[in-house]
Amino acid sequence: MGLVNIAVGPQHPALKEPINFSFQTDGERIVSADARIGYAHRGIEKGMEQNNYVQGLFLTERICGICSHAHSMSYVMAVEEAMKIEPPKRAQYIRCIVGELERLHSHLLWIGVAAHEVGFDTVFMYSWKDREVVMDILERLSGNRVNYAINIFGGVKRDIDAEQAKDILKKIEKLEKRLQYYIDIGEHEPSFVARFKDVGVLTSEQASSLGAVGPTARGSGVTVDHRKDDIFAIYHEIDFTVCIEQAGDALARYIVRARELVESCKIIRQLLEKMPEGEIKVKHPRKAGPAEVVARYEAPRGEDVHYLWADGSDKPFRYKVRAPTLAAIPATLEMFKNAHVADIPVIIASIDPCISCTDRAIALTDSRTGSTMSWKELRDFSNRWYADRSRR
Amino acid sequence: MNETLQVLFSLFIFPGLFGMVALALLADWVDRKVYARVQQRVGPMYTGKAGILQPLADVIKLLSKEDITPGESSKFMFNFLPLAAFAAVMSAALLLPIGFLNAYNSFPGDLLIMLYLLGLPTIVYFLAGWHSHSYFGIFGGVRAVTQLFAYEVPFLLAVLTPALLTGSWQLSEISRLSASHPLYLLAHLLAFTVAILGLQAKLERVPFDIPEAETEIVGGPTTEYSGRKLAVLHLTHELMFVVGSATLASIFLGGFGSGLWQFPLFLVKTFAIIFILSLMRAAAARMRIDQLIEFSWKYLAPMSCLQFLFIIVLKVLEIA
Repeated sequence: MGLVNIAVGPQHPALKEPINFSFQTDGERIVSADARIGYAHRGIEKGMEQNNYVQGLFLTERICGICSHAHSMSYVMAVEEAMKIEPPKRAQYIRCIVGELERLHSHLLWIGVAAHEVGFDTVFMYSWKDREVVMDILERLSGNRVNYAINIFGGVKRDIDAEQAKDILKKIEKLEKRLQYYIDIGEHEPSFVARFKDVGVLTSEQASSLGAVGPTARGSGVTVDHRKDDIFAIYHEIDFTVCIEQAGDALARYIVRARELVESCKIIRQLLEKMPEGEIKVKHPRKAGPAEVVARYEAPRGEDVHYLWADGSDKPFRYKVRAPTLAAIPATLEMFKNAHVADIPVIIASIDPCISCTDRAIALTDSRTGSTMSWKELRDFSNRWYADRSRR
Repeated sequence: MNETLQVLFSLFIFPGLFGMVALALLADWVDRKVYARVQQRVGPMYTGKAGILQPLADVIKLLSKEDITPGESSKFMFNFLPLAAFAAVMSAALLLPIGFLNAYNSFPGDLLIMLYLLGLPTIVYFLAGWHSHSYFGIFGGVRAVTQLFAYEVPFLLAVLTPALLTGSWQLSEISRLSASHPLYLLAHLLAFTVAILGLQAKLERVPFDIPEAETEIVGGPTTEYSGRKLAVLHLTHELMFVVGSATLASIFLGGFGSGLWQFPLFLVKTFAIIFILSLMRAAAARMRIDQLIEFSWKYLAPMSCLQFLFIIVLKVLEIA
């Protein structure tokens, strides 16, 4: 066989969300790879600019189905800085508890998906069953299994009472015993290790120069974790270690995530013990700014960056979201080099892709000339389009 | 007259068409239940008692679905191949040393015919993938044949070990002799292990489901198949599951005896092997094609050669 072009996605069983990878393969070996995003553009940023700050809170929660709290945290932190208010300590603790619970359920979900990609459905079923424990806790805390809606500017909406705290501790303890099993699988299960070891290798130089974030970078030995690097919320009061692996392959990224599960349990226990008494929110103004704020938060998938340009009104003037998956895509293309076709799903899964939260904008390309439409052409086009409509 | 009835019974009821299809569906149900229980799930529950009719319901549903022949495919081959695979496996089922028919179609060397017929579906998979003219199909087909080269030689060596031990190439003879010498199972335990692994690879099930790896190449050779043709392909796969297990049971586990006892014995021994194969499916991740080839030629082939040598030594020392 000569070189064969394979398109994986936007519809493919290995992908749960629409993204397109096109590969040039020589038999089972990949020669080159390219990615195309933009299939799930939902116009969230425009929506943010057209709604007021409180309405925007609901939109940011829905940027991602899995790390919804991460996006809502970034937004709330940005807006709070523009509004110049400081949430009470207790509220920050509750936010971090929910954040860590979210990290637990996101990583457990990912372990299941990664195992499914290599046909190991037993681990998939086990990890999703354990994930239910976390989902139950979240439901008990917030009333929702996803989109917890716990944040409000200047605090949180719901308190954690003593009984809930006891319940969480009990469940987390149970979960922690199970978590060792997932670390064991990554270290010892031969068929699993065979599929992940030396697959999609990313050196630490490549990881930092291509801007990889989160567990993807940590699996390549890059020490980057905003809970440690940046001072925000109350993470500096908590004792935890950043999990780093040096190998840079898919297995290293698996082990980083499996270890982070244990760390998250440790963090939650400390947070519940140290949580101070007091108010859970302060009153917030309706308008923010004028100010320009960048907020960062360590989402389960890595650094989540939100940019807010507040002009003093009750709506953001400009809002921009950079989801962690977007930062990982250039690194992913590097990982594909010299991989097998059979490794494609493993490599895609190893960055824990969350495509729909990544899609911020699409480039419209003219199919005849191949040129991208400029802002002016786009405006003219929309004016023409609306003019045609009114005539009908 | 009685004889004609017996032959007709064998052809159509057992081990013929209806009995085998029923057993294939039952095997599918057992497989799904065992797989589910290992994964802390309940498995099929609603169709029939404990979901026992679920495989049948699935086949019926597929039969009623739209049947698409892709415009780019070679029409005749694409439509004909599922039937060819089904016919091959069904003929293999009739060669099993059980039932009334055995008096007519059992001959020295039928073991080879059996293995040949069980090998045919793999070739059908390759051709089906090739003729469906989709790159997932072609990838799957090429992988199926590559995998064939990996497992077929160790599998054949392992299956021929009992033939060497008993000095016969006839299925009924092998099972009769190994039933009268239960210690034979210990003598070719290694070959039995290799044969179980080889059968799992032949059936393209986890950890050897490389040709139809869902997350990599969608459905492999069956990607473009739908409706009735897919139903036939699935049925063939499940039939092969039963016939392959029964073949191993008859040559390694001492066959099924004679008279009325053969039916319960058949069920127990065949389903024991099906149970092992189901557990194996739940306990491992899918291998990569290069890993499988390395595994078969580095471990399985030497293991079967060693077993062969061991049997020859036994023969020379006149222990067996």
